[in-house]
Amino acid sequence: MKIGVLALQGAFAEHIELLKKLKVDAVPVRLPRQLEGLDGLIIPGGESTTITKLMANYNLAHKINELAREGFPIFGTCAGMIVIASGVANGKITPIGVMAIKVKRNAFGRQVDSFETELSIPVLGKKPFPGVFIRAPLIESVGRGVEVLAKLADGTIVAARQGKLLVCAFHPELTDDLRFHRYFLDIISGKR
Amino acid sequence: MQTGTWKVKVGLAQMLKGGVIMDVVTPEHAKIAEAAGACAVMALERVPADIRKAGGVARMSDPTVIEAIMKAVSIPVMAKCRIGHFVEAQVLQALGIDYIDESEVLTPADEAHHVWKHDFKVPFVCGCRNLGEALRRIGEGAAMIRTKGEAGTGDIVEAVRHMRAVQDEIRKLVKMPENELMAEAKELQAPFELVAEIHKTGKLPVVNFAAGGVATPADAALMMQLGADGVFVGSGIFKSSNPAVRAKAIVQATTHYQDAKIIARVSKNLGEAMPGMSVKQIPPEELLAGRGW
Repeated sequence: MKIGVLALQGAFAEHIELLKKLKVDAVPVRLPRQLEGLDGLIIPGGESTTITKLMANYNLAHKINELAREGFPIFGTCAGMIVIASGVANGKITPIGVMAIKVKRNAFGRQVDSFETELSIPVLGKKPFPGVFIRAPLIESVGRGVEVLAKLADGTIVAARQGKLLVCAFHPELTDDLRFHRYFLDIISGKR
Repeated sequence: MQTGTWKVKVGLAQMLKGGVIMDVVTPEHAKIAEAAGACAVMALERVPADIRKAGGVARMSDPTVIEAIMKAVSIPVMAKCRIGHFVEAQVLQALGIDYIDESEVLTPADEAHHVWKHDFKVPFVCGCRNLGEALRRIGEGAAMIRTKGEAGTGDIVEAVRHMRAVQDEIRKLVKMPENELMAEAKELQAPFELVAEIHKTGKLPVVNFAAGGVATPADAALMMQLGADGVFVGSGIFKSSNPAVRAKAIVQATTHYQDAKIIARVSKNLGEAMPGMSVKQIPPEELLAGRGW
C-alpha cells in the first residue's frame, strides 16, 4: 500500500513517520503528478489558509477534488479537515468541498486555549484515544451519509467519516497511538 | 482537559512547519501576509531594519498595534518581548498572543537570565547561534527555536552560519560514543538530558526555523535545504519594492524548496529586494546576534 501525504505546509513529516511505523510506503505530495499510483492521501494539520492557497497552484486542488469524487480515500486532520469540508463558517477559505460537513475554524479560541483530552472513539475500541487539539476546528453540522465518530463531553463533533473520507479536528500524528491511522488503512482496504 | 501542555506548545510550532512567518507592522501588512500564504505573522511596531536605524532602546510593541493585527487575521499571531523581560511576556500572554519571541532584536532587559518559559501557558520561540544555545533555551522552556542570523540586514550569511553550526553539532553528537556525552554537554554548556536525547534521536526535540537575513525566495529555499523546518522573514518583505508579490514567491519557494525550476519561476519580476547591508560592514558592538547567551 502506498499513501501520499500532502506536503505543502504543516505537520506532514509526522504523518509520514507514523505511516512508516505501520509498515506502509508513505510519500510527500507537492505536485499533481505525485498523486499517481497512490492508494490514499492524508491532508495534515497546518495553516488551512496557507494550504488552500498553495493547493490552488498547479491545479492541485482540482485534481484532488476530482479524485475524491471518484471515491479516492482521503484522511484530513485539523487543517486537513477544513480543506475537504463543504463549508467553513468563518475565515476567508475556499475548501475543496468534497465532504458533507460544515466546520468552524479556531473554534476553541487562541493558542492559550489549545488542549489535550482523552476521547472515546467507539470504532477504535474501548481504550480512550489521546486527543491533541491545537487552535482546533470543530464540526458544526454533518450532512447525509456522514457518520460521527467522536464527540467531546459537551457534544461537540470532532471526528467523522463519509465513505472513504475520514476527518478529525485533533492530531493523532502527534501521538504514539497508531489506531486512527490503522483505521484509515482499513477503510482503504475495505475491511471497515 | 489540560491547556498549556508541552505537547500543545511544541505542537503549534509543528503546525507552522514548511511555512513562512512574516514580520508585519500594520493590520494592512498582516492581511497582505495572510493573503500571500504566511503561516503566521509577527506583530511589531517596526521591522528590524528600522529598529536598527532608530537606535535607542527597542521594547515590546504597543498592545494597540498588536491587538489590531490580531483582529485583522485568522492565522497565528506572534509578538516579541525583550530577553529576560518576563513582565512583557506576561502582558503578551494576557493579550492572547499565540507565540512569544524572546528576541535579540529588542534591547535585552536582563544580561544574566532569559525568561523562565515553563511558567507560561503561551509557547515561546528563542534565537540561537549554535546547539548549546538552542538547548539552553529549550531547557528554560522554549517550545520552538530559530537561528538568530543577523536581523534587519538582508544578508543571509549569519543565518547560514548558525544553521550549519546547529546541524554539525547534532551530527557530531549522534556519532559520539555514549561515554563522551557528559564532557560534550560541558563543552556545549547544555543540559545533559537534552544532549543525551539528541544523541539517540538525531534531531532537536522542538521545531527549528531559520531567521535573520532572508530576503529572496532562493534565500528561503537555501535555509530549507540546510535543514530548517521553516523560515521567518523580517524586513525582507515589507522593505522590498513589491511586498505582496515577494511574499507569495517566498511562500512558494519554501514549499517547493527542492524544485529549482519552481524557485526560478517564482523569482522572476519581484522588483527590488530590501536594500540590505553586509554583516561585515556592521561594527561588532551593533550586531544583534550577540545579545543573549
